[in-house]
Amino acid sequence: MIINHPILGPRDAQEFTYLGDATLIDRPDPDAGNAAEAFHDYVYLRDNPAGEHKELWYHEQGDRSWLVVTRNTLTHEITDVQLARDAARARGRST
Amino acid sequence: MAKLKALTPLGAYEPLVDEFSGLSIREVTDRALASLAARIGQEQACAVAAKALLGADLPEPQTWAAAGDFTAWWMGPDQWMLDAEYAKHTLLAAEVKTAVGDAASVTEQTDGWCRFDLEGPCCFDVLERLCQLDLRSGAAGDAQRCSLEHVGVFLLCRAPGQSYSVLGPRSSAASLHHALVTAAGSVL
Repeated sequence: MIINHPILGPRDAQEFTYLGDATLIDRPDPDAGNAAEAFHDYVYLRDNPAGEHKELWYHEQGDRSWLVVTRNTLTHEITDVQLARDAARARGRST
Repeated sequence: MAKLKALTPLGAYEPLVDEFSGLSIREVTDRALASLAARIGQEQACAVAAKALLGADLPEPQTWAAAGDFTAWWMGPDQWMLDAEYAKHTLLAAEVKTAVGDAASVTEQTDGWCRFDLEGPCCFDVLERLCQLDLRSGAAGDAQRCSLEHVGVFLLCRAPGQSYSVLGPRSSAASLHHALVTAAGSVL
């Protein structure tokens, strides 16, 4: 499998490690009223789609950046790769 | 004061040189290193301050550049490694921190790394057995991070096919040296 790194171009998946569902970017607000419930869902609940899935990959043997990779879990086809920091900033985080 | 004598990453008093027909592998120990990471929102200020210190722009992704006393290479988004002669810039990290102030975070790296310089016409044959990079289409000024015999290294191209620097973790110096010497021995 080849991951098309947004900065470095096509790189072998062997250079990366996999973390999992990219919903980890959406950390709940710890001060919100429903924080306990929100954190329960954030920590324990995951969708398990047969199809398109956004997931976090770490370029460990490269530039050490975190990526959000959109991968089809049925075909392994990768349709989109973004730097995780860009994805997080697009959602209003770490600006 | 105790009389201390520095050891090289390979544990000797003097840097090791391995000669093969068509390649030399030379341990380099006289460089000071510091990493530079621009802080969020301070990227432009960091670039300006670094340019004032280095005398050149911070290098683009996957490249290295040298100007005056300093060499710099791109490590990751908004991160660079800076390199200078140890004797002239012993306190490199402090020097860089003074220059960039609050625009960037600076970390001393000098003793964290070991460096081997490969020189000779057989560099491609040896390195292509060790890492996945397409070095034959590379150019002078390339700086990439890759896995070399399961050790994460920086690979700087000084002259394609002729001259490279390999920097790996100091604690893996012997493994890295073993990999390089074994590959060279099997090729040459």
